[in-house]
Amino acid sequence: MSAESRLSAEAVTLAYEHRTVSRDVTLRIPDRGFTVVVGPNACGKSTMLRALARLLRPQAGEVLLDGKALHTVRPRDAARQIGLLPQSSTTPDGIVVADLVARGRYAHQGLLRRWSSEDEDAVREAMETTGTAELAERRVDELSGGQRQRVQMATVLAQRTPLLLLDEPTTYLDIAHQIELLDLVARLHRQGTTVVAVLHDLQHAARYADHLVVMSDGDVVATGDPSLVLTAELVERVFGLPCLVIEDPVSGTPLVVPRSEGFRA
Amino acid sequence: MSVPLLSRARRASSTVPVVLAVACLLLAVVALGLGTFPVSPWSVVTILLGGDEGFATTVVRDFRLPRVLAALVFGGALGAAGAVFQSLTRNPLGSPDVIGFSTGAYTGALVVITVTGQAFASTAIGALAGGLVTALVVYVLAWRGGVQGFRLIVVGVAVTALLSAVNSYLLLRVDTQTAVGAAIWGAGSISLVQWDALLPAVVALGVAGVALGALHRGLRQLELGDDAARAHGVATEPVRLALLVVGVALTAVTTAVAGPVAFVALAAPQVAARLTRSAGLPLVASALTGALLLLGADQVAQHVVPKEVPVGTVTVVVGGVYLLWLLVRGARRAS
Repeated sequence: MSAESRLSAEAVTLAYEHRTVSRDVTLRIPDRGFTVVVGPNACGKSTMLRALARLLRPQAGEVLLDGKALHTVRPRDAARQIGLLPQSSTTPDGIVVADLVARGRYAHQGLLRRWSSEDEDAVREAMETTGTAELAERRVDELSGGQRQRVQMATVLAQRTPLLLLDEPTTYLDIAHQIELLDLVARLHRQGTTVVAVLHDLQHAARYADHLVVMSDGDVVATGDPSLVLTAELVERVFGLPCLVIEDPVSGTPLVVPRSEGFRA
Repeated sequence: MSVPLLSRARRASSTVPVVLAVACLLLAVVALGLGTFPVSPWSVVTILLGGDEGFATTVVRDFRLPRVLAALVFGGALGAAGAVFQSLTRNPLGSPDVIGFSTGAYTGALVVITVTGQAFASTAIGALAGGLVTALVVYVLAWRGGVQGFRLIVVGVAVTALLSAVNSYLLLRVDTQTAVGAAIWGAGSISLVQWDALLPAVVALGVAGVALGALHRGLRQLELGDDAARAHGVATEPVRLALLVVGVALTAVTTAVAGPVAFVALAAPQVAARLTRSAGLPLVASALTGALLLLGADQVAQHVVPKEVPVGTVTVVVGGVYLLWLLVRGARRAS
């Protein structure tokens, strides 16, 4: 793993109005890596992602982009480097797919520089990559959950950023669509995009991540190669779940099998 | 794939405004000819292009043109302001006439009327101040680490109710004649608008319009939610505040001159959105719809109703019925 890191959180304290989520936490995102952040509910993983995405300013410490404090970078400049798929977003009534994807180009346009052929190319490419080109003229509110998530993904890709942050991108998707989306992200990663994804599913995390970050209680408790990090001992300690970690028969990565007692014998 | 990706969306959102603008122009020409001294549309066009048609020139240019222009400009301002507020609050009820700005302007005007007696210029200043102060109070009361649409509406409705009571009290304190005059102003009327009041208002609204043009793309981003907008590179709170200021300016200037004309800001964006079938509430189409609506309503107020009434009375009826029809039709289609 290269030590290069364009984006990092350096000794940050993250808090909402009165509730401190993380205190004095450092997290460096390896360039061109596929980083996956896992952890129990309310462990602060989404909050960390929001800080990395410039949505939340640390109360102490700094989030650095290329060595510069992220909150001092102009919003438009930051948005040309960092793309975010938020956990939830609203879509205006009646918007068609192509129009929504085109809104991802905001940071590349200006008062005088409106719609260009580069914008057109970026939108077209994003829609072809995500398989949404044939949906271009459909209304977003008429799409299925899986289609809608791919459209949201296209909107982020149209931004054409070297860094891509995904906040629980597979929530609300069925298993086939989860894999489809993660395969797409893996493809982007192979093409050189730095990916940071917050995921709930440990099996997915182990399969796709080349750098796993485990968070607990606001803190980063383990980082590294999933095969080394994801042990039964760690899962039990962090999630409070007794389990067995075996080899995923398909990918050879760690597969967490819960040892619960309530199942049907 | 050779067809441009955005063909349909682009086309739909560009033809409707052109049709609306043409409709505004045609109605304006008709309106300038209507009245106890009828002028033919042909003569009206000649006069507008600088020709001289004798006494008709005076009637059209000096008597009728300020009122027609006022209807177009104020209707446009209200339509655009409505689109801004409804987009920001993500709620059709978030328009300035519902969340208290118009009622506040009326309060400001009434205070001036009760203190000084009826005087047009000072009434306008009172209305402007009343509208701005109300907007500020609503904004501050609704603020909790950022302004959320629904809270703005709830606070606005509460403030409106309070100010309505104040307005009733003020009206009961003055003598009957002043109260009647104030009530006509309070219903929203452009019958008394003259060039000297219209021109500064047009300049102010023009400035607000230019500012709105610059903020337009930010508004479209805010529709996606704050997180997405910020991730796309929008400085959300400054943009939102700037949009609120422009929206308040559009409403307050209009109300200062014409009184609180009801329903245009509420109905125009909803009508425009259905006409263009565009995403969100289209600003230009909303402004043009507002202009057409107010000009049309003013013709009804002048020529259709047996005894002339303030235009605000008609906009309530016309706008209300049309919106109701749209909603009923929408509900039927959905079921």
